[in-house]
Amino acid sequence: MNSSNQPLETLNEIRDLMQRSSKFLSLSGLSGISAGIVALIGATVAYLRLKTDTLYDEQSAQLAGFTRRQMMEFVLLDGAIVLILAIGFGIFFTVRKAKKAGQPIWNSTSKRVVISLLIPLVTGGIFCLAMFYRGILWVSFPATLIFYGLALLNASKYTVRDLEYLGISEVVLGLFSLFLTGYNLLIWAFGFGVLHIIYGAVMYFKYDRSSSHP
Amino acid sequence: MLEHFNKAFESKARLGIMSVLMVNESLSFNSLKELLNLTDGNLATHLRALEEQGYLIVQKQFIGRKPNTTYGATPEGKQAFTNHLNALEAFIRTGQY
Repeated sequence: MNSSNQPLETLNEIRDLMQRSSKFLSLSGLSGISAGIVALIGATVAYLRLKTDTLYDEQSAQLAGFTRRQMMEFVLLDGAIVLILAIGFGIFFTVRKAKKAGQPIWNSTSKRVVISLLIPLVTGGIFCLAMFYRGILWVSFPATLIFYGLALLNASKYTVRDLEYLGISEVVLGLFSLFLTGYNLLIWAFGFGVLHIIYGAVMYFKYDRSSSHP
Repeated sequence: MLEHFNKAFESKARLGIMSVLMVNESLSFNSLKELLNLTDGNLATHLRALEEQGYLIVQKQFIGRKPNTTYGATPEGKQAFTNHLNALEAFIRTGQY
């Protein structure tokens, strides 16, 4: 090592250590893109099956030849499949990116990201289940957007800052969706599908690609 | 200028320890080891030295039956490290390197 530029090198090392120790930077853009695609497919299936965007009145369900119970079961199942696939792909691409970069996957920073995501998400999940139990289906569409947005906002402190913008966008969409009840499914598809794909693509070109060609 | 450089932070390992503890409230021995790529003995020696200076606060607890030691920077440690960084920065700015 050349002793003449040692202070500069030391400063750079310090900066790198501070970043690496406090933020989980292996979040992959492809995770976002895959989650978006899964969400769009899920929303399309729901739309084709229910033939309606309005999930709050009994009439539209009956028009599509559904009992209320069938409709609830279908929405729950569809939502659960989307959630599991999105999380699965998300973990897969992020683990792959971390491995490529030789970074540890399960450490104190990734734990903090997961915990800060889970608290608002589980709260939102229980809230939606309670609404379902009370027979209020439509609220779960804005609610999932809002709670998911808050979860991202919470987790953005421990990972790439850009997650903050996605979080805020999801919350704002969710709030709009509360008032535009006729467009619940459409707004949901936009929030979870289109926004994820846009965000994932931006992240991919900003971080993933540049890190493989430094 | 050079007299502002803190002797306690002379080694790379100690600089590393202080850097990560500036941005993390507390870290376990194993997380520090992983982040800094140090051996157990090496890390323990540096941690002890910083602790003796009053720059680190050490907390020993048990998770189940496994002992878990966590380290955090004391206000004095943070202040000393900030002073050291400022000295480094000033040194670079003067272009003497």
